[in-house]
Amino acid sequence: MMTKRIFTLVSKDVLLEFRQKHTFYGILLYIASTIFVLYLSIDKPDANVWNGLFWTIQLFICVNAVAKSFLQESRGRMLYFYSVASPVEFIVAKIVYNLVLMILMSLISLLMFSVFLDNPVDNAFRFTGIVVLGGAGISIVFTLMSAIAAKAQQNAALIAILGFPVILPQLLLLMRLSKSAFAEVFREGMVLQMAGLIAGLDVLVIAMAVILFPYLWKD
Amino acid sequence: MKKNWWKILSLLLLIYTVIAGFLVAVPDLPIIHQSIRNLYFHVCMWFGMMILFIISFVYSIKYLRGFNLRNDIYAQHFAAVGTFFGILGYITGSIWANYTWLTDQSQSLGTVLKEPKLIGAAIALLIYGAYFVLRGSFTDMDKKARVSAVYNIFAFAMLFPSIWIIPRLVGSLHPGAPGSDSGNPALNAQKDLDAGMRMIFYPAVIGWTLLGVWIATLKIRLQLIKDKTLLNE
Repeated sequence: MMTKRIFTLVSKDVLLEFRQKHTFYGILLYIASTIFVLYLSIDKPDANVWNGLFWTIQLFICVNAVAKSFLQESRGRMLYFYSVASPVEFIVAKIVYNLVLMILMSLISLLMFSVFLDNPVDNAFRFTGIVVLGGAGISIVFTLMSAIAAKAQQNAALIAILGFPVILPQLLLLMRLSKSAFAEVFREGMVLQMAGLIAGLDVLVIAMAVILFPYLWKD
Repeated sequence: MKKNWWKILSLLLLIYTVIAGFLVAVPDLPIIHQSIRNLYFHVCMWFGMMILFIISFVYSIKYLRGFNLRNDIYAQHFAAVGTFFGILGYITGSIWANYTWLTDQSQSLGTVLKEPKLIGAAIALLIYGAYFVLRGSFTDMDKKARVSAVYNIFAFAMLFPSIWIIPRLVGSLHPGAPGSDSGNPALNAQKDLDAGMRMIFYPAVIGWTLLGVWIATLKIRLQLIKDKTLLNE
């Protein structure tokens, strides 16, 4: 029953996305134009710069893609959700939807990065895995930040202020982990350990979201 | 008077810390030399900060359990004093770094600032900065208390890995980096610290932390008087 309701909520978000295509294309255009600006301003950055730029851009894409997930819901609609679903179902649905959206966007931006800015990645398979892991982690954190910022009736700026310090540890780990795909040699077991740590952080964030969201929800 | 014994204890411990900290002999290590005495001040600031943040975190949980505005005021002011201790930790640390890490003229501040522990501390200060910005953006008291309690709990959970886990994975200029022979990054006092220094260090930690709690309780009492009408007491 619960999974069914979560599924309904997710499909409602997907349907909305299809009906209002402009937001989806808006994010795509945002990715394209940002990376194009980078392409014009620097050509062939070395692996370190490339890595730093890539993850910073992911952060901004996420703020733009995820921010609207709670801000778009009007007061009346939230009241309606309140009467048909439990807060846990609602937040899980939002997390699932944003997760899929962000992973898609991360992969698209990875593709554009390798087209425009060269690709210093040595182990493409591993790096794609790290991008999926990172996109997932960033989107989960920003989903909860978006819920908090929506309560403060603020714009996307507050999401960035709240989210950036919280995402920093994950981002630092991701940047370090990415270097393993740039042919940098790591201590044995270190890569798995760090990937496990990031995955563990994601689980922690989801648990916190499920525990804390009910308090944000009722007004 | 019975309730105030810990304030007197704090004062006595701090007097002891300052006097003994500057006079008692310390082991003479290369590079660090006499600056090792900063241990009684710099490290205690971080202990104090972390303990105050933990208290703030506990009060945020207590707020969400009963929605008593009093607990929100407690959480806010413990976080504020914790942030103040963090800033003091940075100041004492930068003085120390100036004499130990920046000995080579070619070393710039930029390379030193990449320290994993400095990053962790910066994250902590940014998080609590964001916490106060969030508080400021509300006009409704109950809503402010609830949403900021949620952020406080979440941010604390995220702060934990950046202070307690990541420094154990990467190299550092601080003592206790992985691979070095100096114990663990939490300053393994049994192994790393000279016995004489331990006799001053532990009381210093307790003294500074009690002082932080004292400052926080003064701020809280003032706030409680200001909000008397709102609290219905």
